[in-house]
Amino acid sequence: MEIVLAVLIVAIVVWFVSVPLRRTKEQEAAATQRIEDPRVANLEAAKEAKYREIRDTELDREQGKLSQEDWTRQDAELRRDAVKILKELDEAKVDAGRGVPAER
Amino acid sequence: MITLGFACLILAFALAIFAAVAALIGTRGDRRFVDSSRRAVYAFAALLTICVIIIEAAFARTDLSLQVVADHSSTTTPIFYRFTAMWSSQEGSLLLWAWVLSLTSSAVLFATRNKHRELAPWATAILMGLGTFFTGLMLFDANPFARLSPVPPEGVGLEPLLRHPAMAIHPPMLYTGYVFWAIPFAFAIAALITRRLDASWIRSTRRFALIAWLCLGVGILLGARWSYSELGWGGYWGWDPVENASLMPWLVGTAFLHSIMVQERRGMLRVWNVTLICMTFSLALLGTFLVRSGILESIHAFGESTVGGPLLVLIGVVIVGSTLLIVSRLPDLKSEKRIESLVSREAIFLVNNLLLVGLAAVIFWGTFFPLISELFTGSKASLAAPWFDRYTTPLAILLVLFTGIGPLFAWRRVSLGAARRLLAWPALAAVVVTGLLILLTDADSHPFALVMFALASFALAALVQEFAKGAAAYRSLKGGSYPRALAGLFARNRRRYGGYVVHAGIAILLIAVAASSSFQTSRDLRLRPGQSATVDHYTIKYAKPTAEISAPEQRLTFGAVLKVSKDGGPYATLYPSRNYYSGVGGGTPVTGGPGGGPIRSFFEGEATSEVGRKTTVSGDLWTSMIPDLGPLNPLINKSDRKLEQIGKGVSPKNMQAQQALGALQGLAVRNIEQQYLKDPPPATFRVNVNPLVTWIWVGGAIAVIGGLVAIWPAPEARRRRVSDVYAARLARELGRA
Repeated sequence: MEIVLAVLIVAIVVWFVSVPLRRTKEQEAAATQRIEDPRVANLEAAKEAKYREIRDTELDREQGKLSQEDWTRQDAELRRDAVKILKELDEAKVDAGRGVPAER
Repeated sequence: MITLGFACLILAFALAIFAAVAALIGTRGDRRFVDSSRRAVYAFAALLTICVIIIEAAFARTDLSLQVVADHSSTTTPIFYRFTAMWSSQEGSLLLWAWVLSLTSSAVLFATRNKHRELAPWATAILMGLGTFFTGLMLFDANPFARLSPVPPEGVGLEPLLRHPAMAIHPPMLYTGYVFWAIPFAFAIAALITRRLDASWIRSTRRFALIAWLCLGVGILLGARWSYSELGWGGYWGWDPVENASLMPWLVGTAFLHSIMVQERRGMLRVWNVTLICMTFSLALLGTFLVRSGILESIHAFGESTVGGPLLVLIGVVIVGSTLLIVSRLPDLKSEKRIESLVSREAIFLVNNLLLVGLAAVIFWGTFFPLISELFTGSKASLAAPWFDRYTTPLAILLVLFTGIGPLFAWRRVSLGAARRLLAWPALAAVVVTGLLILLTDADSHPFALVMFALASFALAALVQEFAKGAAAYRSLKGGSYPRALAGLFARNRRRYGGYVVHAGIAILLIAVAASSSFQTSRDLRLRPGQSATVDHYTIKYAKPTAEISAPEQRLTFGAVLKVSKDGGPYATLYPSRNYYSGVGGGTPVTGGPGGGPIRSFFEGEATSEVGRKTTVSGDLWTSMIPDLGPLNPLINKSDRKLEQIGKGVSPKNMQAQQALGALQGLAVRNIEQQYLKDPPPATFRVNVNPLVTWIWVGGAIAVIGGLVAIWPAPEARRRRVSDVYAARLARELGRA
C-alpha cells in the first residue's frame, strides 16, 4: 500500500513540475508576458519611494525637524528627482510595448 | 507509513537538486525552467510537510520501531510533549530546518512569481542548494525515518528539562528566525551575481527579514523565560554559548534592518548591507551548528551530533563565497550619495549599526574564546558572565543613547538649532529621572545602571515626543482628533511607527535588565522545616515539605511550602520543588541507568526545578530548592540492592515478571517519598529578589507588537490612493494635469 502511495506521489510530482516544460509556444509567450519588465518595476518602486520621501519630508517640516529653508531646498530636489523618474517610466513603458501613459 | 515518509524524503532531496539545476538553466533566460524550478520548490514543501506529519504521527502513537521516537519519547511521555519531542532530536530539528526553509522559499517565490526575472532564478538555486544540503544531511547522516530492530519495549523519554510549555514554541521560533534569514541572503547573493545592486532585492525580501528578526527575538525571549523558570539558577541570561548564538544574528540582523532603510532612502551603504546580510545568515547557520555540534558546553545543547562537520563546511562555503563575491563587485556597489551631515538620521543609523556589530563581535569573541584558547594554549578557558558584562554594558548604553536620538532627526541634515530644540525635552526628562533616582533610591550605587536608566528615559521621552509631534503635524495637514491622528500616523507609515513601538519595548526591557541584574539580592539558605531566615525585606519560613509521585511521567517531586512575610505582615506562600525522573541516562525504568540501580537512577540523572515565585510590577521574589538527599541514601541503596537481587532472576522477555518488578519499584519509590515526608532532610533554597524583572517580559511583548505592526502590509488600495494623490499633485505642479 505504501509503495503504491509513493509511486502515486512520484507521478503527481513529475506531472506538476513538468507542466511548464510541456508548454506550447503560445503558452510560453503568454507566460513571459506576465513577467514584470524589470526596468518598469524598478522605476515604479523608485517612484513610490520618492513620493514617500516627499511625504516624510513634509511631515518632518511640520514636526520642526527641518527648517523652512532646508525643506524648500530638499523638497525642490525631491520633486526634480520624481519628475525624472516619471519621464523615465514613460519611456520604459513605451519600450516595454505597453504604451500606457505614466500618469493616471 | 514510515516507508512512505522515507520515500518522500528521497523525492524531496531529488526535487531540491532538480530545482537548483533547473533554476540555474533558467538564469540563461529560459522561462520554462524557471517556472518548473519554482513548481519543484512548491512540491519540495509539500513532500517535507508529509514527512513532518508522518514523524509527528509516529511520536503521537509512540511508534518505538522508529529510532527517533524511541530515543526521544516513551509511552509515558505526556501527549503534548510527544508533539514537541520531534525538535529535541537532531534528526527532527534538521527536518524542521528543511521544512521551514521549504515553506518560506515557496512563499517568497510565489510572491515574486511575476517579478525579478533576473534575480529569482539565482535566488531559487541558492535556496534549493540549502534545501539539498539539509535533506542530504538527513538522508546520509541523520535519517529521521531510521528503524530499530528489535523494537524496544519502552522509549528513553523526553529530556526532562525540555518538558516546559515554552519549549513547544521556543525551538521552532528560533529555527524559523534562522531560516527566514536565508531569503534576504539568497536574494542579496542573486543581486551580486547579476549586478542588479539597486534596492529591488531589499524591497522584495524586507518583510521576510522582519519576520526572521521577530521570530528570532521571540525565540530568544522564550528561551530566557524558560531559563528563568526551569533551570533553577535564578537568572534569565547566562551568556551561554547557545544563547549567544541566537543573540548574534539578531543583533547583526537588527543592524541590517536599519541600514537597508538608508539604502532605500539615500542609495548608500550598499556594501555594508550585503555584508550585513551575509554575516547575519552565516551567524544563523553558526547558531544551528552550536546547538547541534556540542562543540561548546551549553545548558541548552541536548545531543551528541554527527552533523557538526558538514554544517561547518557549509558555513565556510557561505563566508568564503559571499566574501569573494562582494569583493569582486565592489566597483558596482559604490554608493550614489554620501552622508551630508553628521547631524542626520542616516549618520545616527550608521553609528547604531557599528555599535550593534561591535556588540556581536564582543559576544563572538567571548563565545568562541574556549576554542581560541585551546588552539593557542592547549587548554579550554571559558569567559564568564562578568567578562561579557564588562564589555557589552558600555556598548549597550551607547546604543540606547543613539536609539533615542535616531528617530528625532530628519534624513540628510538637521540644523544645529533644530537639533537643540528636538533634543531639549528628552534630555530634560533624562535629567529629571536621574535626579529623582539619586534622591529617592540607591541607584547611584551602580553608575552603569543609573546611566542606563537615564538614557532609556531619554529614549522613551524622545519617542513620546515623536508620537506627539507626529500626531500634531498630521492634524495640521489633515485635521481630526489626536487619537485619530495617531491612528493615521500608524496607517500612513506602519514600518516607521511600528519600529518606534519596538524601540519603546527594547528601552523598557533594558531598564528591567539593568535593574534586575544590578539591584538583585541573592542568597542561598539551608533550612530545615520550621526554620526561617531573612532576605532583604522578606522573612522566609520553611513551613513543611511536600512530595509527589507522577506515575505517567515517571517523576518523583520533592518540594517545600514557604511562608513569606514582608515587613512583619504575611506576603506570599511559595511552592518551590525539585523533580527527579526515572531511567534518565540511558536506563529503563526497571533496570536503572549507568549511574546506579533503578532507584538511584532517579537522582543521578537530569533533575528539573519548579520555582516558587511571587510576581508584582515592582519585581519578583524568586525561590528554588535542592533537598539534601544524604539522609535518604541508605534507604535508596537498600531498595536498589533488593530490586537488583530480584531482577537477576527475571528474564527480560517475561513481560509479566517485568511488570511485577516495575510495581515493586513503584513501591520502593513510594517508600522513599513517605520517608522524605516523615523525616524531612534540610534543603538549600536559593532566594532572589529581582527588581522590575517582570518588565523584561512586558518590554519584550511591546517590542513584538511593534514588530507585528511593522510587518503588517498596508492595504493595496490605500497605497494606491496615497500614490495617486502625490502623482496628481506633482503632475499639476508640472502643468501636466
